[in-house]
Formats: sequence, C-alpha cells, structure tokens
Amino acid sequence: MSMYWSVSTVLLLLGITAPVALIFGFGGAAAARSPIAPLRWIGKTYIAVVRGIPDIAFFLFFVIALDQAFEYLRHRVKCPDWDEPIRQGSDFVVCAAAKLPLSNAPQWVHETYGFLLAVLTFAIVFGAFAANVMYGAMQAVPKGQLETAAAYGMSHRQTFWRILVPQMWVFALPGLSNLWMVLIKATPLLFLLGVEDIVYWARELGSFKSPRFTDYPHPEWRMWYFLALLVFYLCFTKVSEVVLDKIMTRLTHGQATAAGEAQRKARA
Amino acid sequence: MNCWDTITAYGLRSIGIGEQLLPRSDFTLCQQFTLIGSGMLWNIYFGFFALVLGFFLATAVAMGKASKSFWVRKPSEWFIFVFRGSPLFIQFFFAYFLFLSLKAQVPFFTPLTSAAYGALFVLFLNTSAYTGEIFYGALQSIPKGDTEAADAYGLSGFARFRKIIWPTMLRLAWPAYTNEAIFLFHATTLAFFGGFPILKQRGDALYYANYFADKTFNPFVPYPILAGYFILLTMVVIGVFGLVNTRLNRHLPQERRKKLRIRPQIIR
Repeated sequence: MSMYWSVSTVLLLLGITAPVALIFGFGGAAAARSPIAPLRWIGKTYIAVVRGIPDIAFFLFFVIALDQAFEYLRHRVKCPDWDEPIRQGSDFVVCAAAKLPLSNAPQWVHETYGFLLAVLTFAIVFGAFAANVMYGAMQAVPKGQLETAAAYGMSHRQTFWRILVPQMWVFALPGLSNLWMVLIKATPLLFLLGVEDIVYWARELGSFKSPRFTDYPHPEWRMWYFLALLVFYLCFTKVSEVVLDKIMTRLTHGQATAAGEAQRKARA
Repeated sequence: MNCWDTITAYGLRSIGIGEQLLPRSDFTLCQQFTLIGSGMLWNIYFGFFALVLGFFLATAVAMGKASKSFWVRKPSEWFIFVFRGSPLFIQFFFAYFLFLSLKAQVPFFTPLTSAAYGALFVLFLNTSAYTGEIFYGALQSIPKGDTEAADAYGLSGFARFRKIIWPTMLRLAWPAYTNEAIFLFHATTLAFFGGFPILKQRGDALYYANYFADKTFNPFVPYPILAGYFILLTMVVIGVFGLVNTRLNRHLPQERRKKLRIRPQIIR
C-alpha cells in the first residue's frame, strides 16, 4: 500500500517544487538584471554556482546545511543563555528546545520535515536553472519594446512588470519545458535524501522474501520493480512532452516569431 | 601524520592502493582533500571511457535515426527515447539487478555486476543516446549545398560520409557536445549511489565527501572541496573540447568561427 502512496509523494514533490522553483527562478532572474549592484551580484552568483557543480552534490549538501541552519536560528532565538559552542569536534549540538523536529514529535512529523527539506532543496537547485532560463528570456524580449516603454515615460519598475514580464513567457517556455523534463527525471534522487519514495519501495518490496518471515514469499524481483519504474518514467516524460507541445503551439499562435510565422503559413 | 604522509597513504585509496582504514576521527583538511581527490579518479575513469566509447556508438545511432530504412531507424529512435526519457538513476538500479539475475544464469555477466564495468556500461549507453540525439540534430542541419557539392564531385558512399558529412556534423554539434561531456562528468557521481555496490569503501569523490559530511556533521567543508575539484575538471574538459573546436573550424575565417558558449547543463 505504501508503495502506491509513494507515487503520490513523487507527484506531490513535482507539484510543490515546480511553482516554488519558478518563484525562485523569477526572483533570481529579476535580481540578476537589477540596477542595484549587490542584488545583481547575488542573482548572478546564485545562477553560476548552482550550475557548475553536480546537482546531486547539492542535494546531499543542502539537506544537512538547511537543517543545521534552521536549528541554529532556533537555537539563537530559544536558548539565548546557552554558552557552549555549537560545533564540538565532530558534533553539532543545539539545545533540546531547538531541535527540529522536537525529539518527542511523532513519526509523521519527522517524515514531513524531511520531505519539506527535500522540496526546499529541489526548489533552490531548480530555481537556479529556472533563473537562468528566465534571464535568457528577459534578454530575448526585443529591445524596441523596452525603449518604447521608456519613451512613453514608464519607470524602470513599470517597464519590468507591464512590458517585460508579459512578453518573456514565450521565450522562456522551451527552456522551462526542458526543465520540467529534467525535474521529472530528478525525482528518484529523493531516495538519496532519505524520503521513502518509489525507489525505496521498489528496493524493499522487490528483494528476496523467504517464507519464514512473510506470507508472500517470492524470489528476487527487484529487477522487475525497477523495470516497472523505468516504464513509468518513460510514460510520464512522453505524456509531458505531448502536453508541452500542445501548450507551445497555443502560445506561439499569433506571435511574431519563426514558429508563429510557420503556423500562419501552414494554415494559409 | 603530516600532509605528505596523508597523500602517500590515501592518494590512491579509491582504487585500493595504500592505507585500508579510513580516518575515523580528528579529520584534517588535508585528509579530506586527499581522499576526495582520490575519489575523483573514479569520476574521471567513468567519464573518460564512457565519452570515448560513446562517441562511436553515438555516431552510429545518429546515422541510424537519420536512415531511410524502417528497420534501422526504429531501433535507433527507441534506443534514444528509452535512455533519454528515463532517469539515469533508475537505469543504474535496473541495470544492476538485471546483471545480477543474468549472472545467475550466464557467468559471462559477472564482471558487469561490479561498478567498474557495469556502471561504465550504463553510462556508455546513456551518453551514446544523448550524444546520438545531438549528432542527429546536427545531421539534419547540414547545409544542403555541402551534400550537393559532394555529389557534384562524384563522392559517394563512405568517402562522402567521411570527407563531407561527418566533419560538418561534428562541427555543428560540437558546442552541444561539449555541454554533454561536462554533464556526463557530473552524472558519474550517481554511479555509486545507484545500486552498484562499493567494495571496501573504494568510492568516488562524492562518496568520500558524503562520508566526511556524515562523520563530522559539517557539510561546509567536504562539499565545497568536491565542488572545487569538479570546477577544475569542468575547466579541463572545456579546454580540451575548445582545442578540438578550433581544429574543426580551422578552415573558417577567424571572425566567423563560433566561440564555444559553455552552458553547463543539468541533471539527466
């Protein structure tokens, strides 16, 4: 039964991460082209750092780092009169009240917390990729549009929200749909972050069961479970591909781009 | 133990030469640098051989996908679809258990259940599929004039392919292929996390980084070290591919040569 729930874990992860990463990406892209220098540096570093390093290293890093950051902040707030150092040799020690989740919390809180950390990690990493795509898309909006806006006396902020943002989506969509495919294919990495996802269950349920311990003895089945997962992901990516193609066709309709022009000619 | 001793003891630890016991407490920076660097040997090994072997299969697959014959085209298309459509992580798991069950019947498959050959085999097929798609795209965009000129000169068959089509294909595909190579090196970190067993703690760079992070509860040292190594590796790859790119484009006038635009890509 938990096996089937884990599929919904994956879908939930996709459902939450995609919009959050989009927000992160939008923030990153907006920061990277901000007129304020420090903000611009932050945006550009965020994009550059995340892309140069293997993603999975990031996943492993952020889960611990975020956990420790949260605990450290809570520690500072909740136990101000704690005088021992937090890093004692190989240990990370915070006071009991600052533990996240609290050590007496029920099991589901621990699982949810782990899941949320995973979502946040995915969002940070994919946010950087999305930021990169959107930064490119913002650059791709014709300069004339922005100059016209300036000529009409719009402020920087007005130009950004009223001219740039509505027009950039057509340019961003191919990159974003590619990113969505990549995000789907990254979901099995949840397993590495300690969430009980489909990879975990495929390993658990598929492994050799002897009649002594279960009612349903079976030989080594993990191969078939993973084959099923493989097919599941293939179907998933195929379906997304078809849907995204449909969206793209709709979005390019009537646009002054090569694809839009091709559509017009095909009809005529 | 000073740093030089550490390097001699652990420098080749990842391939089983030198001190067997990993350090257990009082980790020094030097130890972390040495062991993670030693793990990089695996990443370089996987990446290099998968890339070199994959290059040939990718050319074949691309030609197959562009072929007119149904029986050649369909298998190539499916090969590309299966390996590009599913997560590499799942491919590793599936391949490992597949080789395990094959081994039970045919002893010939025994070496493939070890990471050194099995994971390399999966990476080889995977990169062939991704590169095949890139090469196929390049084949489609070879200027018509080039092939017409080849026909006019009376070139046909293999000579036409060797002298005209292949070099042009490579030239067009090279920037994308560089990204694929970088991306492949990043993907090698998955090998030891996806099913293939680590014997006697001989792992890759990420394995050792993870080991230190687990032991010290401090992700802020080992992961940046790992990141530094990967950035170095990426720069080497870019340098080598840049040299080949210059050679491929040597007949073009200087300003028309396309500079390699490096876009390190994401997860597969």
